Amino acid sequence: MIRLDHVDKTYRTRRGDVVRAVEDISLVVGENEFVTLVGPSGCGKSTLLKLVAGLTEATGGAVSVRGRPVSEPFADVGFVFQQPVLLPWRSVVDNVLFSVEMLGLEPRQYRTQAAGLLELTGLGGFETKYPRELSGGMQQRVAICRALLPDPGLLLMDEPFGALDAMTREEMSLELLRVWEERRKTILFVTHSIPEAILLADRVVVMTPRPGRVARVLTIDLPRPRTMDLEFDGRFKDASDEIRSLIFAARKDRR
Amino acid sequence: MIARLARRAAGEFAVPALTLLGALLAWEAATRVFRVPRFIMPAPSAILSEGWEWRYRFIGHTWVTLYETLGGFALSMLVGVPLAILIVYSPVLRSALYPLIVLAQSVPKIAIAPVLLLVVGHGEFPKIVVAFLVAFFPVVVDTATGLAATPPELLDLSRSYRASAFKTFLKVRLPMAMPFVFAGAKVAITLSVIGAVVGEFVGSDQGLGYVILSATSYWKTELAFSSMILLSLMAIVLFGAVALVERLTCPWLAPAPEE
Repeated sequence: MIRLDHVDKTYRTRRGDVVRAVEDISLVVGENEFVTLVGPSGCGKSTLLKLVAGLTEATGGAVSVRGRPVSEPFADVGFVFQQPVLLPWRSVVDNVLFSVEMLGLEPRQYRTQAAGLLELTGLGGFETKYPRELSGGMQQRVAICRALLPDPGLLLMDEPFGALDAMTREEMSLELLRVWEERRKTILFVTHSIPEAILLADRVVVMTPRPGRVARVLTIDLPRPRTMDLEFDGRFKDASDEIRSLIFAARKDRR
Repeated sequence: MIARLARRAAGEFAVPALTLLGALLAWEAATRVFRVPRFIMPAPSAILSEGWEWRYRFIGHTWVTLYETLGGFALSMLVGVPLAILIVYSPVLRSALYPLIVLAQSVPKIAIAPVLLLVVGHGEFPKIVVAFLVAFFPVVVDTATGLAATPPELLDLSRSYRASAFKTFLKVRLPMAMPFVFAGAKVAITLSVIGAVVGEFVGSDQGLGYVILSATSYWKTELAFSSMILLSLMAIVLFGAVALVERLTCPWLAPAPEE
């Protein structure tokens, strides 16, 4: 579904310095595949998501989605960020409807679906509440519902659970998997957490920083549906060790 | 619940009210004990009685100053907010207008006022212009700051949905900037009062500023004081009105209910 071909992205800072955000990235993501991107800060993971969404243009190589070259934003993408960035003046259900509204669709026709999504993510009964009345985890669920409502084929998630506490984080990961089992779509998921990357993914893309490159792509063949118990599985531990050594090896090279 | 509210009210209102009352009593006593001449420092009782005697004449003067203040404030919002939008959306206009706005702000308004009156003539309009000149700067700066403070994620989100810049402005950026617009408006309304009075000082035959000026030239200090009190009350009421409009139009800004 997504194809990145030797993609480079360099940009200039205000002071005129040239920064190479990502370099020579080649990656193919299949339809309905769950791929996580893991790596330390500054490895261009967020840039990669923006390239796929068409929010920024590659300076080298080619990005295509479903065979079409990406040069500007296209419908069929849902975005979830580290911060929920809800609109504080809108109720929960109106925040969910924001996505279809911005897409130029008729929000009234999506009310039932919005309520269904809120039900699915455990927010049934919270439709008329306001964001400030919700906890961080609940706000992020609303943001996920907002992204899911137009039923995009592609979901881009930029450290969506990064601002949550560890317990809420695990809960949200499992919940995301449950939602994904029900409504399959392609997910590109950026994270700092190695266990999170393994738990969720069909494949984990390990990246190294400055400039961001793909160090290795690991296939995770753990059975689904997945649970937290998998952390004690040998295969989980092997994958985790491998990712860690890739990231730390890259760090040692720098010294 | 009621007991707690009562205790909070006591802390919030009773203590400052008692302090004010104490200060007024001390003032009253000092003017009597030290026999301070009333044209130097009149006693609060003298200010009150003089103000009461003037009550009917004050209505007209207060109305004029209120009219000038509200005119200047309305103008500062009508000009300031669109100007801020232009500055935020157009880099060319930003570099063209921003230095001019800062320049206009750095000229002392009291210095402009006499010239303005010369150009625009007499009556309320020149005072409205002075009030506008004093008040519009915080409106422009605060609105521009608010519009520029939209979380970049929301802009990315809107862009990923291919929403037009106008739609993003209407549905995201402008409502997001409302707290900043109101912060500017609150400063602007109090500055408008000052602007109107400055305009009246320079040349007028009505308004509370005029009353203060003519009262002092006749050594009627207690009349000047009662005009000042009226001006302060006006500023407080106007500020409260802006805060009320903010509460009504942006209820999500109110502090979250306690748990």
